Amino acid sequence: MKLTLRVWRQKNADAPGAMSTYEVDGISQDMSFLEMLDTLNEELILAGDDPVAFDHDCREGICGACSLVINGDAHGPERTTTCQLHMRSFEDGDTIDIEPWRASAFPVVKDLVVDRSAFDRIIQAGGYISAPTGTAPEAHATPVPKPDADFAFEHAECIGCGACVAACPNGSAMLFTSAKINHLNVLPQGAPERETRVLDMVGQMDSEGFGGCTLTGECATACPKGIPLPSISAMNKEWLRATRKVRR
Amino acid sequence: MTRTLWDSSVGKKTIMAVSGLIMLLYLVVHMIGNLKIFFGSGEFNHYAHWLRTMGEPFLHYEWALWIVRVVLVAAVVLHAVSAYQLSRRDIRARPAKYVHKKPRAGYATRTMRWGGIILALFIVWHILDLTTGTVHSGGFQSGHPYQNVIDTFSTWYGNLIYIVAMLALGLHVQHGFWSAAQTLGAGRATRERVLRTIANVLALVLTVGFISVPVAVMTGVVS
Ligand code: SF4
Ligand code: FES
Repeated sequence: MKLTLRVWRQKNADAPGAMSTYEVDGISQDMSFLEMLDTLNEELILAGDDPVAFDHDCREGICGACSLVINGDAHGPERTTTCQLHMRSFEDGDTIDIEPWRASAFPVVKDLVVDRSAFDRIIQAGGYISAPTGTAPEAHATPVPKPDADFAFEHAECIGCGACVAACPNGSAMLFTSAKINHLNVLPQGAPERETRVLDMVGQMDSEGFGGCTLTGECATACPKGIPLPSISAMNKEWLRATRKVRR
Repeated sequence: MTRTLWDSSVGKKTIMAVSGLIMLLYLVVHMIGNLKIFFGSGEFNHYAHWLRTMGEPFLHYEWALWIVRVVLVAAVVLHAVSAYQLSRRDIRARPAKYVHKKPRAGYATRTMRWGGIILALFIVWHILDLTTGTVHSGGFQSGHPYQNVIDTFSTWYGNLIYIVAMLALGLHVQHGFWSAAQTLGAGRATRERVLRTIANVLALVLTVGFISVPVAVMTGVVS
């Protein structure tokens, strides 16, 4: 495959950025999108140019490190992570636009790399449980009803990639935050911090400068893990409950 | 708790949802009342008069109406201020646009902000036209709402403003009702269809109900 890539290049956080055009040839349909970018970078390095910086780690669709808005879609045209996107989703001769996640809470570090530490701070605000350490407790000591376990699992799938923020016209982190809150709040292990968790995480989300939710549904469409839009409603319900119940 | 509500984006959305639902409830009642115009001037004017005597003798003349007005003004102000502040936050959260643009979300969703502004302007005109009579065409007669309505809808601009605003209302309610349900925590995958259907039906019934009056005046069904 021969492709024309238009890639966002930006030297550092303060430098102005722009789209640069590159041609790549000899791309196989079986390559992943990131391997295609590796090919481009090899050529750039050989030519003495600065390679395109992009985030990646596991390349298995489980870590949430990879990003990229491809032709206007977060993680590209398939419902998966960029690392699991393959070049068979494109045609020979295509022009592909590649941009970083866009949100003021995710400032660009370089080229396609953005700083997602705002997500870490949301987690630090309450995305954990307090449990005594030591030997693992007996697994059956804390029964969890099957529907609750399913609900928790569905939300535990969130890999914190930030595609929801990138896709949202308001740069809102509601889907991510709701996934984390719903995951823990439904479980008995999460019960002691049920109220403070949702209040603190939503508070942190607001102070990081993420936008609010206008229910456009773009986040759930972009999410590679299929976190559904009603998760946000479930979080709102938890939040409203917590404002009534919390004891500080 | 009031502070928590007002300071949080989720809380402010809750305020928008509740104030929106109050206005929506009022609109349903208002629309049904409007339909009385199809039963002639006697019934319509009598109904309009009853709105003033409602609650008597417990309440004084027009008290009930003023209570409704105060609640509505509070709802409109809270809704608009929250919308303005949330919109500012949203726009600030996403300053850089993507180079590769894609058509996003449905029409109703994308027009919430502009639609809201159109509706706010419409409410001002509507009150000046048919409540105070300040901008009314052809001699406003207080106490004769039937004639006043016919005067308004006998002008091309009266019809145009009204119909455009009611279409905007339909779109606003379609996305707004469903969103309010999500904000208040009623959203659930299994309820999605029901909530969407209620939103669509409300939007359609309100738009058709309200627009039927100018159409009836234009076609001479009501004269
Ligand atoms: S909700 Fe989905 S899109 Fe958002 S961070 Fe989690 S996995 Fe990524
Ligand atoms: S690189 Fe780990 S999810 Fe894509």
